[in-house]
Amino acid sequence: MSAEHEQHSLFLPLVFVGGLIFGFGLGFSHMAQPEVVLNFLQFEDFGLLFVMFGAAVVTGITFFGIKQFRSTAPLTGAVYGRRLKTLDRNVVIGGGIFGVGWGLSGICPGAAYASLGVGNITILYGIAGMFVGAYIQGYWRSASAESDAPATAAD
Amino acid sequence: MSISLSLSLSFLALAFGDLFPNGIEHYALGGLFVGLGVAVIYLGTAIPAGASTFLESTLSYASGLSRFQQYRPSRDWRVVFTLGIVAGAFVYAATFQSGLVSSSLHQPATTGEFLEVGGLTLWLTEVQPWRLFLGGVLIGIGTRLGKGCTSGHGVCGVGSASSASFVGVATFLLIAIGVAQLVAALGVNP
Repeated sequence: MSAEHEQHSLFLPLVFVGGLIFGFGLGFSHMAQPEVVLNFLQFEDFGLLFVMFGAAVVTGITFFGIKQFRSTAPLTGAVYGRRLKTLDRNVVIGGGIFGVGWGLSGICPGAAYASLGVGNITILYGIAGMFVGAYIQGYWRSASAESDAPATAAD
Repeated sequence: MSISLSLSLSFLALAFGDLFPNGIEHYALGGLFVGLGVAVIYLGTAIPAGASTFLESTLSYASGLSRFQQYRPSRDWRVVFTLGIVAGAFVYAATFQSGLVSSSLHQPATTGEFLEVGGLTLWLTEVQPWRLFLGGVLIGIGTRLGKGCTSGHGVCGVGSASSASFVGVATFLLIAIGVAQLVAALGVNP
């Protein structure tokens, strides 16, 4: 993707509206409450499964369904494709580190931003931590990147 | 929401009451909104938006490290996406959380602390700051190394039937369950 996508006048408004619906859903489902996520991880309330897989069903239908009607997106001209990442050791190691952090805190990136929106200023400790962590890995990987192939974009 | 869907959700809530002590309606409906937010952006732009790249892309404004530079083209819209998430959750806070709007499909919060500010009900976590910060650091490292988080892998990747995302979700879910159970067993609460 490139910056010219952003030049369509509706690009940023659409992204904002999408974020708005996404954040409302995180608030409504209580995912903005770390306590509720911890209750799930401790097997006290399995509701989180309905949030993650409910969302994945909607995106799945959208991702596969839209290709029946058109091949490129109206605001960017980009081709509709699936979100596919290379399965390698990093997926498992990084996923494991993320899992430790998620299990310790009950927060994850999207839910943490939403938590700020429901008034939870205490979550700033968590968001600050995420930036510190992202910087640490960026520092490590920038130091080793010179010898590696260019990294691919991640979500 | 149709009556039949509502009825079938209620039936599931009865059948699995022990597994879902707070019901499932608000979880399912909230999840549909989360998916819809991703779908709206995807339909317009073909971008499957995840929440954790914002961390690295935003660091590119302040840091010249080569790792962050690849996200320069997307950093502006990622800031807008994140502001949208905060604003959407605030809309929830100003309506359902504050009691201005109510619905049988909505479950009021039973955890944390409430703070009333001029008719607005704010919600604050009681999870200790050190847990949030240390967890946050590990999340920052892990999601970036692991190519995604609960939205990138869990919603967009699973929705794409991506094998890397299935592996990512299984890994972080199993590890998180183990860690959360261990932390609780050690008596750390909340």
